[in-house]
Amino acid sequence: MTGAPSVGLLSLFLASVLTSNILLANFLGTCSFISISKDFKSSMGLGIAVTLVIGITAAVCWAVLYFIIQPLGIEYLSFIIFIIVIAGVVQMLEMIIDRFSPALYMALGIFLPLITVNCAVLGVILFMQIRKYNFPQAVIFGFGSGAGWWLAIMLLASIRKKLDANNAVPAGLKGTGITLITIGFIAMAFVGFSGMIAVQ
Amino acid sequence: MSSATNKVIKDGLWYNNPIFVQVLGICSTLAVTNNLLNTLIMVLGVSFATSMGSLTLSALRELIPRKVRMIVQVLVLSFYVIIIDIVLRAYAPTISKQLGPYVGLIITNCILMGRAEAFAASNPPGLAFIDGLFNGLGYGWVLLAIAVIREFLGFGSLFGIKIMGNGFTPWTIMVMAPSAFFLVAIALWIANDYKAKAAKRATGAPSAAGAAGAAPAKPAATGGNA
Repeated sequence: MTGAPSVGLLSLFLASVLTSNILLANFLGTCSFISISKDFKSSMGLGIAVTLVIGITAAVCWAVLYFIIQPLGIEYLSFIIFIIVIAGVVQMLEMIIDRFSPALYMALGIFLPLITVNCAVLGVILFMQIRKYNFPQAVIFGFGSGAGWWLAIMLLASIRKKLDANNAVPAGLKGTGITLITIGFIAMAFVGFSGMIAVQ
Repeated sequence: MSSATNKVIKDGLWYNNPIFVQVLGICSTLAVTNNLLNTLIMVLGVSFATSMGSLTLSALRELIPRKVRMIVQVLVLSFYVIIIDIVLRAYAPTISKQLGPYVGLIITNCILMGRAEAFAASNPPGLAFIDGLFNGLGYGWVLLAIAVIREFLGFGSLFGIKIMGNGFTPWTIMVMAPSAFFLVAIALWIANDYKAKAAKRATGAPSAAGAAGAAPAKPAATGGNA
């Protein structure tokens, strides 16, 4: 692969988890993030599911991009193809988990199918395409971004557990408002990492 | 203008505003709000995709089998997003490059799926088009307001034209990600307070007759989730 950015795999992983966190720096996956983070256990389930799905789809989409889309010269169809691949991977993952680990399947529940329309998944794949990552980089970037999302939702869920019980919040700010402000503060904390690694 | 159309327009712009009430679609577009021009292009793109997508899906609603509804919706919506992408690349290559992956991410913008599922699936095409358009615009005016604040304070300019003199110190925070979260939260706060006051005024009116009519806008239970 020509043009792949020369960046070590470990620093790429750390960068995708911390400095360019898919949620806090790129705003992807905010919708489900806000609605699910009310509940600690659901956040855990969704975090695991998102990490798995992003990691696997990044690998599959990389192969699709360089072995099917580019040789055939159908880049203009790439959005549609990526969406179909994501939906397919999610569906397959659902069947495999159901077959081999019904307990995990029950825990993930409704979250698996919803991931198809999670912006973070498509976002990671589009970033991978634009930055021309090679295969190992794509996989690491995928899993790293998923892990970053997972980390962020766990942080927020823990804070919200305390916050939602607190009555000092002004009425107009309750619920989504205060959650957004909390995310803003977490994002500011993560900006502190940005001096460490510089990967876009 | 019929009362149904009127209601759909008001719902989209205020009473059921995608950002204030449904809290949808803030994912893909917040990232571009530190630049007014990019935001404007993005808003136009989202409005185009939502309105045309709703129109198409509403026209096809009798033909789509329920079981494969979601995948058909996604395919129709990505078709319109591809059009936006191609047009941007041809006529505005620099903006297309700056927006990067965020044009493609319009596909997974929750508003598109939300409106397709909640409105277009059960309403005639004309009305669905208006609903899509005004939901896009309702989302747009909030984002544009945020972009004005962010670009003005972050760079001292609007649409890239310098407004403040050399003595102006840019607020670096406004260019960075956290400020977008804070500003959306503040906008939400103002809107909620305004609504609560309006509801109080309406219910606190001296005559008993007015009390029943003006219930506060109820939170919409939309099917969209992304």
